[in-house]
Amino acid sequence: MMNSLLSWLQHVGQRTMKSAVRMGRGHIFLWHTLMAMGALKKEFSSLIKQLYEVGVLSSQLIVVSGLTVGMVLGLQGYNTLVDFGAEDALGQMVALSLVREMGPVITALLFAGRAGSALTAEIGLMKVTEQIPAMEMMAVDPYKKVIAPRFVAGIISMPFLAAMFSAVGVFGGYLVGVGMLGVDDGAFWSQMSSKVDLYADILNGVIKSVIFGIVAVWIAVYEGFNAVPTTAGVSRATTRTVVHTAFAVLGLDFILTALMFGGA
Amino acid sequence: MKDKSKVELAVGVFVVAGIAALLMLSLKVSNLSGVSTSDGYSLQADFENVGGLKVRAPVMMAGVRIGEVSKIVLNTQTYEASVMLTLAKQYNQLPKDTSAAIFTSGLLGEQYIALEAGGEEIVLKAGDKIQLSQSAMVLEQVLGQFIFGKASGDE
Repeated sequence: MMNSLLSWLQHVGQRTMKSAVRMGRGHIFLWHTLMAMGALKKEFSSLIKQLYEVGVLSSQLIVVSGLTVGMVLGLQGYNTLVDFGAEDALGQMVALSLVREMGPVITALLFAGRAGSALTAEIGLMKVTEQIPAMEMMAVDPYKKVIAPRFVAGIISMPFLAAMFSAVGVFGGYLVGVGMLGVDDGAFWSQMSSKVDLYADILNGVIKSVIFGIVAVWIAVYEGFNAVPTTAGVSRATTRTVVHTAFAVLGLDFILTALMFGGA
Repeated sequence: MKDKSKVELAVGVFVVAGIAALLMLSLKVSNLSGVSTSDGYSLQADFENVGGLKVRAPVMMAGVRIGEVSKIVLNTQTYEASVMLTLAKQYNQLPKDTSAAIFTSGLLGEQYIALEAGGEEIVLKAGDKIQLSQSAMVLEQVLGQFIFGKASGDE
């Protein structure tokens, strides 16, 4: 009895220390990356290339998902609101759910699946093929050359992608609400613009998407850089990127929502 | 080289599309294009009961939005609610005997302050107090009065 309790406690301690070590390593990694930011001027063309890989190539997925999410919100919102004769508030409902929650969160999840996993696999394979040790041998800092451009490209892309998601989603809600279900065109837009606030809603949504962008891309490049340099190691690191980003984004979202919208 | 400029073009389109989406959200979706009250002037009005009136609720005159509620506090001398209104600068010629009332938009909508112009020649200046006010209609009170009136009518 006593023994099993002790071994359980030991197990708990081991797990805690392991995760503390991982957290510490992650933060040291972040510190090195931030220190390497100064070299971005020299690596500008590489930043552009990464913006293309991370941002432009994700935008197709984001636009299509935003449209369908907006259409579904329009359809479901209408079914609930029509019972109260409040279907004119559909625009407000669709816009607020997209700008405050759906836009940043779903974009971050899709971003982790589309761009984050690719970043992890790419950097992990660089390790497998010993490109990163080779860079270190030639006194080229891999943080400056590889990590920093990808990190910054991810942070720049996320707010733009989330804004596209929300804007296209509002349009999707408009298509279904006004086009299909017969909500009044003027009421849709006027109710929306009277209730959505520039600072409280839209700016907070942008802040959320920037924070999610930092978290998603941090996890992605960290997992890639610390992947065990084998085939299985890279595959595990890629999985961890998607899973950890999902947990981190959803957990952070609750905290941010409580801070931004909880008090009022 | 051609391939590189293509990538740059795509990134340019991406960034411009992102900014356009942000602009569309802030101009079309939010209430940015409403009345600017940042350089407005403020008036005070006391109400017996403000009901569910909130800070930032609209102030309307003849159905036109001319400002918003900036502060609601309890006056501890009279135990009335004193409401600070911020009105846009171009509407600074309201007569001295303008009256304020709290109305509800729709049956269950949000509450707003409606101003009605009087006939005086003297105009309200910044910091002045609106003398005539009508409290919010509290639905429970009205229902209570209605039921009480019904019951006493039956006697």
